[in-house]
Amino acid sequence: MKHSTFILFFTPTALAMVLFIAFPIVSVLVQSVHAPHKAVLVEVETCTPLVGCTKETSIDQEATRELREQKPLGRFIGLEIFSDRGHLAISEVKEIWSGSKNFKEFFKKIGNLPFYRAMAFTLTFTFIVTPLVVIVGFLVALNVNALHEKIKGIVVFFSLLPFVITPLIGALVLFWMIDSRGVLGSAIQWIFSDPNLSLKASTGLMWISLIVYGVWHAAPFAFVIFYAGLQTLPTDQLEAAQIDGATRTQQVRYVVLPHLMPLVSFVALIQLMDNFRVFEPIVGFNADAHAQSLSWFIFNDLGGETRQFSSASATSVLTIIGVTILLLPVLRRTWRDFMEKST
Amino acid sequence: MNSKIFSIVGALSLTAFSAAQACEIGARVSVVGNEFPAIQTVGAGAAACTGAEVSTNLTADHQKINVPGMQGNPAEYTSAIVANSSIVALMNEDVIRPLDDLVAKYGGDLQSSQLIKVNGKIMAVAFMANAQHLMYRKDVLADLGISVPKTYEEMLAAAEKIRASGKMQNPVGGAYKAGWNLAQEFNNMFLGYGGSHFESGSANPSINSEAGVNALNMMKALSEYMNPDFLTHDSNVTNAEYRAGNIALLNMWGSRASSQTTAEGVTDAVKNGHAIAGPMTVGGGSTAASTLWWDGWTVAKNISDAEAEATFIAMMNGISPSMMSDENIRTQAVWLIDGYTPTDAAIGVFEAAKMGTTPYPMLPYMGLMHTALGAELPDFMQGKESAEQALADVEAAYIAAAKEKGYLN
Repeated sequence: MKHSTFILFFTPTALAMVLFIAFPIVSVLVQSVHAPHKAVLVEVETCTPLVGCTKETSIDQEATRELREQKPLGRFIGLEIFSDRGHLAISEVKEIWSGSKNFKEFFKKIGNLPFYRAMAFTLTFTFIVTPLVVIVGFLVALNVNALHEKIKGIVVFFSLLPFVITPLIGALVLFWMIDSRGVLGSAIQWIFSDPNLSLKASTGLMWISLIVYGVWHAAPFAFVIFYAGLQTLPTDQLEAAQIDGATRTQQVRYVVLPHLMPLVSFVALIQLMDNFRVFEPIVGFNADAHAQSLSWFIFNDLGGETRQFSSASATSVLTIIGVTILLLPVLRRTWRDFMEKST
Repeated sequence: MNSKIFSIVGALSLTAFSAAQACEIGARVSVVGNEFPAIQTVGAGAAACTGAEVSTNLTADHQKINVPGMQGNPAEYTSAIVANSSIVALMNEDVIRPLDDLVAKYGGDLQSSQLIKVNGKIMAVAFMANAQHLMYRKDVLADLGISVPKTYEEMLAAAEKIRASGKMQNPVGGAYKAGWNLAQEFNNMFLGYGGSHFESGSANPSINSEAGVNALNMMKALSEYMNPDFLTHDSNVTNAEYRAGNIALLNMWGSRASSQTTAEGVTDAVKNGHAIAGPMTVGGGSTAASTLWWDGWTVAKNISDAEAEATFIAMMNGISPSMMSDENIRTQAVWLIDGYTPTDAAIGVFEAAKMGTTPYPMLPYMGLMHTALGAELPDFMQGKESAEQALADVEAAYIAAAKEKGYLN
């Protein structure tokens, strides 16, 4: 392709990428190093029903407006937000490090800081759900592929359903089922004959519920990718393996799996990204007492009455960095494959 | 099914109709607010005006959308229905206008107690009062010879008796859902123990105190008598438990009192046994362990004067004294409107006012404190850390947020 033709083809894509990917990233970066101006507070008389008039602190609107007009971006604070307690908590971590007698105590205290508590859950979730999704998806694809043509269609359709359901709705359905008065919740109480046993009240059981939900929701995605991949499997290779006397397991191990390897890295890549941003199940399961994630922090900062934009932006930047670190091995592998092919 | 829908539509249009006086407006009106019955009534009354379009967006998520919806110029919403907590966010962002001129011109029906004045300027018009107070099953208490609890200590004793009798495994209910609800229950208890959220005249937190520790220990003791899922129970779920006859004692919002027995699927035992009383005290204190609230409406700043005028007229129609002759509307809330005579559902809130219950603090940084409490207290409620540690965490989380927002250095 000529360079000019390439540029002509690529320009719209590049523009869209700048607009929809680069600008938002620059925007959160800028917001994360700025904070609202210092509040100018005044004592004013406030009168309310049933109470009468009292002296209350309020914001001096005129002084604040002046400040805002001079510097609409707010005050520059550098990396202050990144290092505060709600994020990397640098000084708190240092203090805990010097104050802890052993690693156990250190990790216990670190787990009390929001960012590290969220990371503990997010990473556990990511590294358990991702491989399980790949394995479950692969097994389902193998089995569906071995089915008779006549029932294949309908089985594929039903296997895809969990992925079709809106994540939040799926989470809510499961949430009410595991409620102590729900189907699964009361069944578990009956099985263990303990009326106070509750999935929602125990952190460990809640994590397991979230992980089960994560696998249930994403496995069909892996399944459909692998199933499509299986259709491209050359039959002569399989037949050759059969003639050589390979068992079914050996066929899968030495023929099918190597053929699907690029798809495995694709699914792993997408799943790592998705699971690191785990959000809907936490909201749907009302699980924030037990499990939090960076995305949940952003949601919490932006919702309600507080609107901490700087904090939310800083968490967004940390999320981008986290995803990049997680994807590095996979990206390196893709890059190496690409270089090998091009040489 | 169809007849049901028709009767609902009929009831709604009747409500709107009876609220409608001759109300003519000349510019668009757009209202955002919470979704409970009393606010639906106010919205319907405003929407009854003719001459220009009146739209309402009444949703539980109103606090997430009212500031962004009023920051634009012109603002999407010309009025936000708020409470003493949520008006602060609107004032902090300077998106609502003083109403003195409009009150002088069109506010003839208002009582002076309805005017919310900040720094001498009228910033909102209140139409109802609210507070959390005791609701209980008088049949259950009478059966076991328990008198109506006046303090949380008595509530605990009553709960133990009910559990021991085998009537209910977990007789206590409460909106203890992690987040806003749990933080609000802490606020109640903390104020009941005589605590104060901030050092006097400053944004420095002062919750890590004896009152704070006592409040947490009392909440923990109460939670032992609650459904084990209590950290996921908001007001709606708690009320569902009550209506199903699973709990006998709860601290609940007055604005929900009238619907406790009218909702679908309430058992007869609950219907006949439902009773309400004032808020309880705690720890031998005389202050009620509750907070006093008002709900009112505001007018946006970033709209034309014509729109502001139309909004004021429409909202005045939404809180017109003529509504007070309707029995159904009267039971929906403790109205501050002229001509309101209290119903049985209002006893709790009036009792709260009589007891001199502390109003929810209208401070610019109270929202940050509330959020920090909601995020950090679940650890204590689950028994993962001590009360002192949880309160220290709350203060640290609050300080980080307050520094970012410029309230603390």
